[in-house]
Amino acid sequence: MTELFQTQRAMRNQRQAAMQRGIVAILDIGTSKIACLVLRFDGVANAPLGEGIGSMAGQSRFRVAGVATTRSRGVRFGEIDRMEETERAIRTAVQAAQKMANVRVDHVIACFSGARPRSYGLTGSVDLHEGGVSEHDIARVLAACDVPDYGADRQVIHALPVNFALDHRSGLSDPRGQIGNRLSVDMHMLTVDESAIENLLYCIKRCDLELAGIASSSYASGVSSLVEDEQELGAACIEFGGGSTGISIFIRKHLIYCDAVRMGGAHITSDISQGLQVPLAMAERIKTFYGGIEATGMDDREMIDISSDTGDWEHDRREVSRAELIGVMRPRVEEILEEVRARLDGAGFEHLPSQRVVLTGGGSQIPGLDGLAGRILGRQVRLGKPLRIQGLPQAATGPAFSSAVGLGLHAAHPQDECWDFEIPTDRYAGRSLKRAVKWFRENW
Amino acid sequence: MQPLGTSRRDPAPSRAAYRIQRLWLTPMFRTILRAGTPAFLILGAGFWFLSDAARVENLAMRVSELRQSIEHRPEFMVNLMRIENVSDEVAEDIREVTAVDFPVSSFDLDLAEMRGRIEELDAVAGAELVVRRGGVLEVTVHERMPAIVWRSRDALELLDETGHRVAALDHRTDRADLALIAGDGADQAVPEALALLATAGPIADRVRGLLRIGERRWDLMLDRDQRIMLPENDAIAALERVLALNEINELLARDLVAIDMRDGRRPTLRLGEAAVEFFKQITTNPTGDDA
Repeated sequence: MTELFQTQRAMRNQRQAAMQRGIVAILDIGTSKIACLVLRFDGVANAPLGEGIGSMAGQSRFRVAGVATTRSRGVRFGEIDRMEETERAIRTAVQAAQKMANVRVDHVIACFSGARPRSYGLTGSVDLHEGGVSEHDIARVLAACDVPDYGADRQVIHALPVNFALDHRSGLSDPRGQIGNRLSVDMHMLTVDESAIENLLYCIKRCDLELAGIASSSYASGVSSLVEDEQELGAACIEFGGGSTGISIFIRKHLIYCDAVRMGGAHITSDISQGLQVPLAMAERIKTFYGGIEATGMDDREMIDISSDTGDWEHDRREVSRAELIGVMRPRVEEILEEVRARLDGAGFEHLPSQRVVLTGGGSQIPGLDGLAGRILGRQVRLGKPLRIQGLPQAATGPAFSSAVGLGLHAAHPQDECWDFEIPTDRYAGRSLKRAVKWFRENW
Repeated sequence: MQPLGTSRRDPAPSRAAYRIQRLWLTPMFRTILRAGTPAFLILGAGFWFLSDAARVENLAMRVSELRQSIEHRPEFMVNLMRIENVSDEVAEDIREVTAVDFPVSSFDLDLAEMRGRIEELDAVAGAELVVRRGGVLEVTVHERMPAIVWRSRDALELLDETGHRVAALDHRTDRADLALIAGDGADQAVPEALALLATAGPIADRVRGLLRIGERRWDLMLDRDQRIMLPENDAIAALERVLALNEINELLARDLVAIDMRDGRRPTLRLGEAAVEFFKQITTNPTGDDA
């Protein structure tokens, strides 16, 4: 457990160090696009304060100095597939954003949607020696969580205490100073495939950048798309991405579950391409212009021109009705939503006090998606757009940028202060005593 | 139909372009490039120019030519020297010591040095040199005024009131209006001598001069070979005392050779020969009898 403690601490320190420099780039590596935001942290000068302004107002600690997006290359299912290509795409995005911000960026906080995220709930408890709970006790209980065997090829990217319990009282968010005999903690831990992280690290290193933090884009889009009371009472954020669909469940402002369905907008596009016998570029085009979920009588009469250039007159002069297009898209969207529902059920989402579902991500712009999602997921569903942050251009405020914006918010307002507490001294002392004994044995 | 073989250009920047852009966005690098490069170029050009001696010499020559052509413009030329406030012979001396060949550029005139040389002349107490418009060097001289005549061992000289030499004198009678002092080192004590002579105003018609004795004290010489020997200190007070005695007793009209005031407690008189005889007579025969 000490290892988890130390790696989380190291990640936090790395990010703090990058933010000290004042300029941090946010890199959202998606399957369909790579977005780069250059954030300038200039202190808390204009943060609004007062009654009713919550911690989400921490977003005003930074402003966006540069934004760039580029078509993603070499990424499949939200994982880096061809490094060379991805590196070029990252370079394109970073260069354009740097140019807009007119500043050089050295530190990057990245997120990706794939790499098979898996959530674990951890518990740990310790006896308190002297009445009150001190920071040291919190560090001790965090270190006392027993970590499941998540596999050698996986890595923890996110581990946060969600809930503290003191004796029989549960639901404490900050037990410091309270009196009790036994302190226990529930922690949420997220692991992803190590190879995905290593590939990302390699690509970013090849771009002369330094990775200052990493997050799952499901988590990031939840941070930006859920409003504060949704985060507090419990809500699920479903991010329709290009190559994968991310699911994140929040309660009491903490992430408690994170998962991803390895299907997304790119699969819808390939369905269209296969079903209508059109090239991928055209499939993408007609999906974004004419796509939909609910077919109406009007859609039978609306013809979409899918002319091409093969030389075969019959093939080149084809038209499809919008209803046909919807008929191709709908089963795939249904499949994705069914899968999401299975995941939500598996996570026990129905036991949460509030069961709000927020749809975001580029794929959520399909007209009629909220209706279908409401039917399949059986909950209150709304479409979410990311929080508005200072300096973000209008073009980058759509739901497709929710994970990029969320990552910026996460960087500005991380919830991992608890890792700052000192590493438990009993372990420390024991280890150093052991080392001293070893040294004596070796030398005398 | 789609034209073949025209693949779209890769939109991604090459690694080199990417690195150059990042370098260019580095503030330090930009500062160095913006300020450092021009400075380096200027320094480099300067060093390249200075590395060849002939080129430097050429430059120096051109500069001096230019300088000369400016200095020798008629506006800067000085054509004559006007000397004011002074007698002709002193003016002649000044022309001699300054030794300027007119016309000359005012840049070449070293007025301070010339002034020093003029003030070295005995007859000059001070001088002001100004180059006036129209190329005139105006010398305003404050002449030394002779206050006293000094007969030294080898010459007769005129001194001013501070004792500084003004000029030589051929005959005492040329400046009969000035008092005479004599003796070695008399010129060192001219102010005192002048004060003594002023004090001796009541007997001015009898004063012939002051004699410096042993370079430390004065003897006031009167006609009839009388002398008043004054002490080293408080000579004026001693002289005033003698004058007071003279007023009451007509001391100086009597047959005295010297009044010695060097002993501060009392004046000592040295009598003339006849008086000595008479004195002997009255002291050996106080009754006046011829026996």
